[in-house]
Amino acid sequence: MSTQFSKEELERYSRHLIIPEFNINGQRRLKESKVLVVGSGGLGSPLLLYLTAAGVGKIGIVDFDVVDESNLQRQVLFSQEDIGIPKVEAAKKRLQGLNPYVIFETYNTQLTSTNALDIIKDYDVVADGTDNFPTRYLVNDACVLLDKVNVYASIYRFEGQVSVFNYLLEDGTRGPNYRDLFPEPPPPGLVPSCAEGGVIGVLPGIMGTLQANEVIKVITGVGDTLSGRLFVMDAASFETRVLKLGKDKSNPLNGENPTQKELIDYEQFCGIKTTERVRQAEVKEIDVFQLKSLSENKETYQLIDVREPYEYEIANLEGDLMPLNAIEEFVGKISRDRKVVIHCRSGVRSAKAILTLEEKYGFENLYNLKGGILDYADKVDKTLAKY
Amino acid sequence: MSKLIIPTPLRKFTEDQSTFESAGKTVQEIIQELVSRYDSLKTHLLDDKGNIRSFVRIYVGENDIQSLEREQTPVLDHEVVSIIPAIAGGLD
Repeated sequence: MSTQFSKEELERYSRHLIIPEFNINGQRRLKESKVLVVGSGGLGSPLLLYLTAAGVGKIGIVDFDVVDESNLQRQVLFSQEDIGIPKVEAAKKRLQGLNPYVIFETYNTQLTSTNALDIIKDYDVVADGTDNFPTRYLVNDACVLLDKVNVYASIYRFEGQVSVFNYLLEDGTRGPNYRDLFPEPPPPGLVPSCAEGGVIGVLPGIMGTLQANEVIKVITGVGDTLSGRLFVMDAASFETRVLKLGKDKSNPLNGENPTQKELIDYEQFCGIKTTERVRQAEVKEIDVFQLKSLSENKETYQLIDVREPYEYEIANLEGDLMPLNAIEEFVGKISRDRKVVIHCRSGVRSAKAILTLEEKYGFENLYNLKGGILDYADKVDKTLAKY
Repeated sequence: MSKLIIPTPLRKFTEDQSTFESAGKTVQEIIQELVSRYDSLKTHLLDDKGNIRSFVRIYVGENDIQSLEREQTPVLDHEVVSIIPAIAGGLD
């Protein structure tokens, strides 16, 4: 027997039902479908709100994070009172209030090579709203291995991309996937995450909404999906383009000679090498309390801030500003005869700066501020803004 | 002249310029002109052998140069060349 709707549901979805090519059959397909949304942040917020409102039957939500004040600039799913609460919990509460006819399943965990297949296998479509390359490749590979459609969107500052990967085509084959678009990820550090590089708050709203539209098209069969095409938008210049996306014969998952039959170590694949971490861990460190005691006698040390000027304006420790990208131009201004403490936001960039200065210029008096200005704001000076 | 669109993650190497005008007649000529103007961009766009790196794609109009003549793809006057980089943001 086909899926039935109550009077209340028919009224709720009436604006769908009166679109001739959508009608009750489209609504029925939505109700019968199961969609997994990976990441309930910037992209996940509009995705989850619209998929819930539209009447998808079951929605799974994967996120391991808790709501933070800095999320609310764009993650419209959450409210002030959700701060500190697990995102999946806050999301489910909000979404149940929006549409009681949807079933929610939450996964308060990070998607990993160990759990991905098990979580994804129960869903028809996956919407990827994650924020890092290892998870992007993980979601892609798991979807290809399990024959699931992966609706993709990604953002950076003012720039966004949307596509539909691994779509079942009429001839029974699958459309291109993420590895056809980008066979390999960029080296770590070239493309910062939104946490480091920033994002205009409206952009995930736009891209996540487009992503929700593609999910609905994939499920209902209405319209032409973005399979085989990549939508690109620069919200600053308002340049939009739809580019053709083909399959890559050398795709290791489903090219001419597939070599990959299971999930891999994605941190390693993305070059987040343990050796680099080990090298960074070898850098001499001081903690925020040690810096606090040092700061009582400013003559004895130099404090250097390797962040960008716009970060300095948000909060600073009155260090000498020498952004990491241009650190080598400042070598002459770095003291060699007293202790030099170098800091950034969280301690990663400053460790890189120290490695460069030690290896290329022979410095031996450099100390990394462990945890960066964020840790200083947490433990020493609570008046500093965190970002 | 044809126009090259530089994506946000690479603009830190192009003095924040989002476009680049070039008289180059092929993708290769245009990219060479771009990286000789902005030297630090080179390692992010090209590998040791001078090939386009695998985390960026180059389009002429709406077509991937991989489906055309790769770096030798001709670029006509007023055509738009796009560099499409991998970006990963979304969650936080």
